[in-house]
Amino acid sequence: MAMSLRQQNLHEHQPLGGRIFTLPLVVCILLVLAAVYVLAQRYAFGIGYVANINDGYPWGIWVAVDVVIGSAFGCAGYVMAALCYILNKGEYHPLVRPAVLASLFGYGLAGIAVLTDLGRYWHFYHLMMPWYAQPNSVMLEVGLCVATYTIVLTVEFAPALLERFGMEDLRAKVNKLLWLFIALGVLLPTMHQSSLGTMMVIVGHKLSPLWQTQLLPVFFLMSAILMGFAIVIWEAVLAALNFKRPQETPVLKKLAYLMAVTALAFVALRFVDLAVRGQLGVAFGGPKASWFWLETLAMLGGGLTLLPPRNRARTRSLFIAASLLLVAGILYRLNVYLIGYTPAIGPWSYFPSVKEILVTVGIFALEVGLYLIVVKTLPVLHAVHSPAHATLSASSAKHG
Amino acid sequence: MAKSPSKGTVSRRGFLRGALQGSAGAAAAACATVVATPDANALQRAPKTMSPDALGLLYDSTLCIGCKACVTACKDVNHMPPEVGPEAQAWNGAPGNPTWDTPVELSAKTLNIIKAYSHGTGEIKDSPENGFAFIKRQCLHCADPSCVSVCPVTAMTKDEKTGIVSHNPDACIGCRYCVLSCPFGVPKYDYNDAFGEIKKCQLCQHRLAENQLPGCADVCPTGATLFGRTEDLKAEAKRRTALSVGEKTHYPRGDIGGKVGGARAGHEKTVAAAYQSHIYGETELGGTQCLAVSGVPFDKLNLPTNVPDTGYPTLSEGIQHTLYAGMVGPAVAFAGLAYLARRNAKDHPEE
Repeated sequence: MAMSLRQQNLHEHQPLGGRIFTLPLVVCILLVLAAVYVLAQRYAFGIGYVANINDGYPWGIWVAVDVVIGSAFGCAGYVMAALCYILNKGEYHPLVRPAVLASLFGYGLAGIAVLTDLGRYWHFYHLMMPWYAQPNSVMLEVGLCVATYTIVLTVEFAPALLERFGMEDLRAKVNKLLWLFIALGVLLPTMHQSSLGTMMVIVGHKLSPLWQTQLLPVFFLMSAILMGFAIVIWEAVLAALNFKRPQETPVLKKLAYLMAVTALAFVALRFVDLAVRGQLGVAFGGPKASWFWLETLAMLGGGLTLLPPRNRARTRSLFIAASLLLVAGILYRLNVYLIGYTPAIGPWSYFPSVKEILVTVGIFALEVGLYLIVVKTLPVLHAVHSPAHATLSASSAKHG
Repeated sequence: MAKSPSKGTVSRRGFLRGALQGSAGAAAAACATVVATPDANALQRAPKTMSPDALGLLYDSTLCIGCKACVTACKDVNHMPPEVGPEAQAWNGAPGNPTWDTPVELSAKTLNIIKAYSHGTGEIKDSPENGFAFIKRQCLHCADPSCVSVCPVTAMTKDEKTGIVSHNPDACIGCRYCVLSCPFGVPKYDYNDAFGEIKKCQLCQHRLAENQLPGCADVCPTGATLFGRTEDLKAEAKRRTALSVGEKTHYPRGDIGGKVGGARAGHEKTVAAAYQSHIYGETELGGTQCLAVSGVPFDKLNLPTNVPDTGYPTLSEGIQHTLYAGMVGPAVAFAGLAYLARRNAKDHPEE
């Protein structure tokens, strides 16, 4: 396969190498072990033994954070595949593989998180059985989409594995059919990320009018796209810092433009929606209004930071804006699933227990830990050919 | 790279203008979508109608004396364990062996409960001022139930004829979406059991099959809980709410139709407190098969009153049925995406 030199430079991936058992990985492993301990108690004695969820708040952070926010963290692969392969922006190619890897872990672990939360987990496969299917259920659609998407992500990431183990024949075959999986990999997250919003439409008056709207699917899709972009920037900046690689800022600044537009459109739409529903007043002094403003200001702050072109060319402001937008997305989803929610007939209260938080932290630690191992052992990050970097990686290899 | 050269070189002013235009465009589009339809319900499926044979209960708060015989009977006939709150004392001084069933809220162990309202001195029955009143809480068996709409595995079902909403634990995955979505806070999960189940009132279907009354209606001494066809119960509720204070009237007991559980005598009683004209469940969220009448407004009895006349599933299913009608939308989207991905594949020779 003849490749131009430019393509070679852009497309070639290589494992980072270096020491596997670094301090961050050890911390991750300890956090995962703590979560495993809590989960053993959960499976032995029931969810109530470790978690504070109750009949007023049947969904706690294991759903709101691990699944709803965790899967948005996994949208990096979705947005990058859409940009790179559907809109054919080849310049993003170096960011695709690490993004798909982050998505694979994000979704895989959201799947595990579902199993920790399901009260009758031994029946989970009923979701896949057509004779149990209840087609009006938004959750069925989300569940099937997420399960299929996890398989799609595995296929999308397969070339890295096959490359590592020299299975070139199989890799060529996968590559031939990859376009099918790429199409699915863009369609499925569009469906289930918007449906995550639709899922809360049915709770009706129990969700504050600041968030309850039939536009929930639109806002959830927009927040998924934003969070996907933000994760790409986070990952690129942190990987460059931690592994002493050059920053990817030239590629990232184009992403940043898209983020600014999406974030500002999100805020504009939120206000239009509130005004049309006649609920603008709730934002000014109504219950939970401060959470609305936290979310809106973070979104606005992130979007405005990225408006001036020179900010988009600076790693520092890129990173700050991406963090703000990530916070905004997290807050929006938390508001819809937990904070804006009031049980039907109360009083009920909920704040996650320490053990509940340990499980959530453990799941995210597993994600980070796996990422650290895989980028060192598999060709995920694109190869860097600058002499400066060669010296650096040589010295760090010696160090390891 | 050459495909989008303009974006990187646009001036700052051009940029601001672009962003503003983008936001304004999005806002205008949103306006158009939302404003074009009444009540911001852009997509709504038709409400479901009640079966003419729908069965239910009529609870009359003015007749209820708060004896809680229905709570006990419900536990007996459904084989539910007693429930003792953490602060409750053993009633006969037996430490660690409390024998009194003292539930305070519906739970996975309590499918039916009587709750009390009190105000001020709490002396006058069925008076919102300085009075007290009772309310019975159990599944209302909605005409358009949220729990049935949300269940991904058909564990929650509504009988086509009787309209009874029942739950099958052998299908249930324990996601608790029914618990989250129920507008009346009815289905409950047992969090303290490693193999916990969802529990809710199923109108004693197992007893109805043997021509016996639901436990609560069977034992109610005053007819405060009356069983029957929802249509008959609705007529009876309308008759009662039209009564004036001081009128003497007949109150039936057991089955309003006099069939299930055998005919039983009713009783004569003088209306002591004015009925509210509001029949709870007549219109709430598309109507419920179990109804309630009361002398005290229902918001004081802690029931949701500020709710629409159509069930929430009309909104969520409205969105889903529009976006996913026949899966045509997703199929077209997939075809478009696949075409683009395939066409562009030649530009990305390596994965």
